[in-house]
Amino acid sequence: MVFGVLSPNASLSITSPILGRVTDLLAVDAPVGAADAVAGIRITPVDAVGLEQRAASLCTRSIKTSSKAAALDLAVRMMDLTTLEGADTPERVQALCARARHPDAADWSVPPVAAVCVYPELVPVAVGALADSSVAVASVAGGFPAGLAPLEARLAEISWAVAAGADEVDIVLNRSAFLSGQYQKAYDEIAAAKQACGSAHLKVILETGELGSYDQIRRASMLAMVAGADFIKTSTGKIGTSATPPTALCMAEAIRDMAEQTGRAVGLKLAGGIRTAKQAWHYLVIVGETLGSGWLTPERFRLGASSLLNDVLMQRAKLRDGRYQRREDFSVD
Amino acid sequence: MTDRSSIGRELEPAGEFSLDYAPAPESTAPVRLASQYGLFVGGEMVEPAAGGMAPTINPATGETLAEVSVADAADVDYAVAAARAAWEGGWRDLPGSERAKYLYRVARLLQERAREFAVLETMDGGKPIRESRDLDIPLAAAHFFHYAGWADKLDYAFSGRRAAPLGVAAQVIPWNFPLLMAAWKLAPALACGNTAVLKPAPTTPLTALLLAEVLRDAELPPGVVNIVTGDDATGAALVSHPGVDKVAFTGSTEVGRAIGAELAGTGKRLTLELGGKAANIVFEDAALDQVTEGIVNGIYFNGGQVCCAGSRLLVQESVADAVVGKLQKRMDTLRVGDPLDKNTDIGAINSQAQLDRIQELVASGVAEGAELYTPACVLPERGFFHPPALFTNVSTAHRIAQEEIFGPVLSVLTFRTAEEAVAKANNTPYGLSAGIWTEKGSRILWMADRMQAGVVWANTFNRFDPASPFGGYRESGYGREGGRAGLLPYVELVA
Amino acid sequence: MSSRLLINKTYKQFIGGAFERSESGRSYPVVGAEGQHLAHAVQGSRKDVRDAVASARSSQEGWAGRTAYNRGQILYRVAEVMESRRDEFCAEVLRATDGCSEKAAAAETAAAIDRWVWYAGWADKFPTVLGGANPVAGPYFNLSVPEPTGVVGIVAPDEQPLLPLVSRLAPVIVSGNTAVVLASERCPLAAITLAETLALSDVPAGVVNIITGHRDELVPPLAGHVAVDSLDISGCDSEQGAAAARQAAATITRVISASTAERQWADEAAQSPYLIDAFCETKTVWHPKGR
Repeated sequence: MVFGVLSPNASLSITSPILGRVTDLLAVDAPVGAADAVAGIRITPVDAVGLEQRAASLCTRSIKTSSKAAALDLAVRMMDLTTLEGADTPERVQALCARARHPDAADWSVPPVAAVCVYPELVPVAVGALADSSVAVASVAGGFPAGLAPLEARLAEISWAVAAGADEVDIVLNRSAFLSGQYQKAYDEIAAAKQACGSAHLKVILETGELGSYDQIRRASMLAMVAGADFIKTSTGKIGTSATPPTALCMAEAIRDMAEQTGRAVGLKLAGGIRTAKQAWHYLVIVGETLGSGWLTPERFRLGASSLLNDVLMQRAKLRDGRYQRREDFSVD
Repeated sequence: MTDRSSIGRELEPAGEFSLDYAPAPESTAPVRLASQYGLFVGGEMVEPAAGGMAPTINPATGETLAEVSVADAADVDYAVAAARAAWEGGWRDLPGSERAKYLYRVARLLQERAREFAVLETMDGGKPIRESRDLDIPLAAAHFFHYAGWADKLDYAFSGRRAAPLGVAAQVIPWNFPLLMAAWKLAPALACGNTAVLKPAPTTPLTALLLAEVLRDAELPPGVVNIVTGDDATGAALVSHPGVDKVAFTGSTEVGRAIGAELAGTGKRLTLELGGKAANIVFEDAALDQVTEGIVNGIYFNGGQVCCAGSRLLVQESVADAVVGKLQKRMDTLRVGDPLDKNTDIGAINSQAQLDRIQELVASGVAEGAELYTPACVLPERGFFHPPALFTNVSTAHRIAQEEIFGPVLSVLTFRTAEEAVAKANNTPYGLSAGIWTEKGSRILWMADRMQAGVVWANTFNRFDPASPFGGYRESGYGREGGRAGLLPYVELVA
Repeated sequence: MSSRLLINKTYKQFIGGAFERSESGRSYPVVGAEGQHLAHAVQGSRKDVRDAVASARSSQEGWAGRTAYNRGQILYRVAEVMESRRDEFCAEVLRATDGCSEKAAAAETAAAIDRWVWYAGWADKFPTVLGGANPVAGPYFNLSVPEPTGVVGIVAPDEQPLLPLVSRLAPVIVSGNTAVVLASERCPLAAITLAETLALSDVPAGVVNIITGHRDELVPPLAGHVAVDSLDISGCDSEQGAAAARQAAATITRVISASTAERQWADEAAQSPYLIDAFCETKTVWHPKGR
């Protein structure tokens, strides 16, 4: 069986020659299986119980102690340190950026995080605070978290954030369009957002907790990837349900199919609800087992979190000192 | 088939980090092994009359764990007499509610000592600790718990008839799920008011002997359960013993035939749970990533040493390459090695004899022209190990497509239509289990109707539960274990 | 004297819906209760058994594929047609049974008819009673259903000509099995009259096949036939039954024999849904429950 191979650029353009076919196969009643191979993309159905069992089984793996330290450092380096509150102030963002550069004030061997993620208004603050560092500035944009501002306004917000210096832009999938079956619209908007990003990386938040099934998560993952997403991301963190092991596995499997079928590597960002180092390890295992060690790098895997960092640092200190730590001793930012 | 292994290779950046799983050996501390074990008869451990002993080894290391008694005809006679005395001496007349309490006790004691049982099961049989810990032991306890509840509800099980016990049950069990099979046999027999003589497999006697301790701690009346270890001659002496009213056997179809012939005309009741060569059927519309897990679970669970293993993969031609590609990648991540390691997926093969048989059949597959894939993996230097194996280009006539291998070896065949899948799936004298993978509900039901198999797993595989009947069609045996149907082999229905 | 020469019936075997003599061309005399000659019955051969099994095999899937309602109606139709030919059955029973009164013959015939009615009603009920949902500890739908085992060989009991045969045959075919019956060697004629009734009752060809002849010759090929899935040896003596069971063991063929209670043919104990179950396999289907 021969799968068509999409060049990375082909899928970025709204006028992609495969556009029509892509949206055809994303349609609700689209045939699954062999028929999809015509367009070069297969959207495989997902069995919820099997997926959840596999995810649970991966979460029972135990990592070698000698790998644990490296895994913890990697978790730090993959982290998008995030603050997305209406009450965010320049001071708070500056404090966060300071933590991003040196996550543990007491131990400068801890590497910096991958990025700081803020609202567009605060991008200039973050850019200033992170100058001369390896830490990227990520901005939510495009009418976050609902994504239901007028498209022009959403695109303008993206352009503004990029112009203000954002290296990465996190937008949301238009769930209104997606859940009402307007896949073409959802696709077009992501493709337009990708154009508006220019050279900045585009992360598309699927808000998996609102999609209703793993089948829909898989479909949304494929749609976002084909439309040009550099990363697909689970959640905004603004609703109750966020990243879970089976959700992460479901999206990783979609990314694997995308890579297998088109040769294009898309990153995965998990956000919301990740609070402990143990959870972070579980996700490392899920991604590592599903996508291979090629994905165990900040270029392709991110953890969006605010409270995770402290627990990782505590575990790191425990590994270093051999003693359990006191939570209050770690930064409250 | 297209070689897909190169696709995506360029995506692999320099591995800056790789997942190293810890050697995470389960501690053997909870297990206290004796150097020698007697027979459990009449509530006591007794020495075999002729003093015969045989070693039981750890198949992962080759080390001897203990010396275990080999019961001869005189020992079997003694055990059957003890079972008969216990039956006539009170067990058959005990109210069901009291029998229930003993079985509940056994279930609880197994749960309390689950860790110990799991480690011992893995040491003696070679199965991964992940499986003995998460499946064998919890299910064994659950089985006792389930049938405990039946003991005082038999009047509701078969409306219009009264369920009367049969007497003494002779039960011969295999080595692939030692404690679980003991539970499958003992729990319904006792719940129905029978007494039992259980004969564990020669290579895996230790958890049954530990169960004897549990039965004693549960204060089960002496002789209600007797456990005689030994070899094939012990088993033969037991099933042919005239004092036995019922025989239950799980094992090979060959031995099943012999027992059937031996018991002909004796009036003894017989149930058999024998071999299998299950088809695992994948349609093009299936959830292929869960299919991959299902195939792996179907054939590599317990190293494929499972009578209901999904050893024949029937995959629709249109997705054959995709499925095989996913499967091979998944096989690459399987961890073969120390069964006591919590990260191990495939442990040791149970015995040298079994390993020889697997290797012989794999060699026949290669000789007959099938294409063999095994992931690169380093097998331990000691013990009996076999890597996960996958054969493509298999025809239905090949030995590997017909014979039960009882090892981690999968044969892949293709089909074009559902009718063809049915024909190929049923093209075996066996009929224990089948798998169907498709998202189309009506096709599942259409296929399930046509499978000549006692258990049909649709969009899953190798699931077991005490409430769910298990057993085969055709040469996979007769009688069911589990659920209400599992009571029938141990009762006579009286008007 | 208005004498009219009676037309005597030729009793043939019933294979694949057709009444045929044996391929061997043999017959044997059947005598009545007082030793009088009644007729010549076909002396079937091992090849006849083979043909009957082939016929039963090929019709099994179609019969099992009928709806339960349809199978129930067909069994009921057997009762209807038997009722309309009651006198004929009474006469068959009477002349074949030692010391039989007309009243006893009528009672046996009535019981046989009623037994068809009883089993007819089970067709669409026994799966409900014998199967059902199993509450497994996991996110699965799990259902057990009894399914016909396939082809059943029945060695009909000898003690009475009609009721034991019906008592063993009806529970076998109601679930969708097909049957190869070795009629009573001593009193085979009622079995053939029953076959004629079946042929008129919408029972599809091949669902019931009836062979007459010598047990010693016919039981071994039936018991040893690989395509026979289940064997009812109720009509075998102990030695013959043991030999048949030994043969059956070679292909793990299920062997069933009527219990003492079931042999009280006129009693209610002779009929039971568990007897239907004895010729069924329990199939259990699992499916995950997920969104």
